[in-house]
Amino acid sequence: MSTLKPLAALAFALAWGAAAAQSPGLGARISEADIGAWDISILPDGTGLPAGGGTAAQGAPIFAAKCAMCHGEAGKGSPAGNVLVGGAPLASAIETTKTIGNFWGYSTTVFDFIRRAMPFQQPRTLTNDEVYALTAYLLAQNKIISESEVMNAKTLPLVKMPNRDGFIIRFPERI
Amino acid sequence: MDKFEVVAGNGLLHRRAFLRGSSAFAAAVTGYALARTATAAPLADAPWSREMGAVMPPVQVPSRFEKQVVRTLSNPNNELRNSHARTPHQMLQGTITPASLHFTINHSGVPDIDPAQHKLAIHGMVRQPLVFTVESLSRYPMVSRMGFVECGGNSAPMFSNEPIQATAQALHGLVSSSEWTGVPLAVLLDEAGVDPKAKWFIAEGADSLALSRSIPLKKGLDDAMVALYQNGERLMPGNGYPMRLLLPGYEGNMNVKFLRRIKLIDQPAMSYYESRTYSQILPSGKAYRFYFLQEVKSFITHPSFGHALKGPGFYEISGVAYSGNGRIAKVLVSADGGKSWGEAALQEPVLPKAFTRFRMPWRWDGRPVVLQSRAWDEAGGVQPLRAEFVAQRGETKKPPSPLAFPNQHYNSLTSWAVDDKGEIKHVYA
Repeated sequence: MSTLKPLAALAFALAWGAAAAQSPGLGARISEADIGAWDISILPDGTGLPAGGGTAAQGAPIFAAKCAMCHGEAGKGSPAGNVLVGGAPLASAIETTKTIGNFWGYSTTVFDFIRRAMPFQQPRTLTNDEVYALTAYLLAQNKIISESEVMNAKTLPLVKMPNRDGFIIRFPERI
Repeated sequence: MDKFEVVAGNGLLHRRAFLRGSSAFAAAVTGYALARTATAAPLADAPWSREMGAVMPPVQVPSRFEKQVVRTLSNPNNELRNSHARTPHQMLQGTITPASLHFTINHSGVPDIDPAQHKLAIHGMVRQPLVFTVESLSRYPMVSRMGFVECGGNSAPMFSNEPIQATAQALHGLVSSSEWTGVPLAVLLDEAGVDPKAKWFIAEGADSLALSRSIPLKKGLDDAMVALYQNGERLMPGNGYPMRLLLPGYEGNMNVKFLRRIKLIDQPAMSYYESRTYSQILPSGKAYRFYFLQEVKSFITHPSFGHALKGPGFYEISGVAYSGNGRIAKVLVSADGGKSWGEAALQEPVLPKAFTRFRMPWRWDGRPVVLQSRAWDEAGGVQPLRAEFVAQRGETKKPPSPLAFPNQHYNSLTSWAVDDKGEIKHVYA
């Protein structure tokens, strides 16, 4: 044991030395846990969704207080903010306004973007429960889920968006 | 003299005419103009030639006579929305966009980042997550390359069903080209140790929206760069200070600015900007996703809308051409709305995924003409004619605001009609 350890250490040092000779190696090591505060991306399969949950009923007053000043009453839009609800069929014009209801392919994008970017003046100040509730509210306003359905890490990724299959990958060979 | 014959309708001259500087060239292009040249007045010293000039500033700015050469702003009062500043192509020459005039789009203003505190984390499907600082990255071996960056929504007014009367800046001002210097992303990914199962990475900025995009790892290991310098100086704040991702030839929004995080993943995140904003509705009602590439494109900057020709005679037609697929192979110019074409000279060096300046000597006879350019790239890509483009991608029902983005990834032709007074209009031809 006492002889093997230094040998192993020497072998590691030699290997590391060879790698270091090819690359500066000036990045500081960090744990995933210490990146956690920045690690806010949600994947379509639900990876990254936090604990907590909420319903449309819970989301309605939050939307009225923190979102409607830009997005209009019930997400119907205003000059200051995107329309979030409803929308014309996409085939009606190439400039059709894109809403959560007529365009967005994944429910997880709603959670991700609210949490990372909203409210516009105070991003990343909502609790996870508030983000779930707002997500549920917007999905319900678009008649994609019912008013009473709870959105959480388990249920949200299962929501199938109306336009899920409406996309053509432009350059599949580049993926 | 036979080298300098008219090569296409309405007075387009052979592309090499201007390179010869020979008497034959002079005869070809000035014979017509000399007869009309006014007599110059006798010369005298101007006031600035008789006194000592001003003190030199530490950072110099253009002459006070160039105050009109500015970017146009879509949101000058910083209202709670995105902001665009467009490059004045019709007032610039060559292939390098001055950093102060490089276009910028910011979705929530320009963050004021202290470089001493900025960090870049690389994590996710890697052997060892790492954090880099501006200082540590500045010690890495760097590379420089010329590269255009173009917003996916550049040229959006060209989707209008009627030609919008606007400058090259208003129509095409969301593309610029610079020399970028930084560290190849592949070097940093290699140090973190990429899991073979990783297929994508998320790039995220330190702006208030934490703007994020999913990018195929293939591109990250190819020619991606963490850029620190723009035309020799540190990045401009609006262009991503203190560091940005540079993905040569790929949609501007993917070149994430204020880069603070790269996470390797096995599936695209379907972030807001890739799955909503930069997905393009097609006439069928389906939409493109993951357009990525800025395809081959060109437009004439001189002369163009906003310029006026001062009578018949010699002019140089010039413009920019570029392709996310590599080098520009050829640019044709027409002065008769596409009935006949002549090959333009390509200003060296012709570099991949960067602006190439094309030039075409022209002797205008004073009658109405329609000027167009059309580019080909080395990968075989060609700018589609407008009719072809509209058939595939559609056009608006009615003319939109020039600031609107009815759709994205327009790369068809731009046509400038010169009337018999030398006034220039934007037309579809």
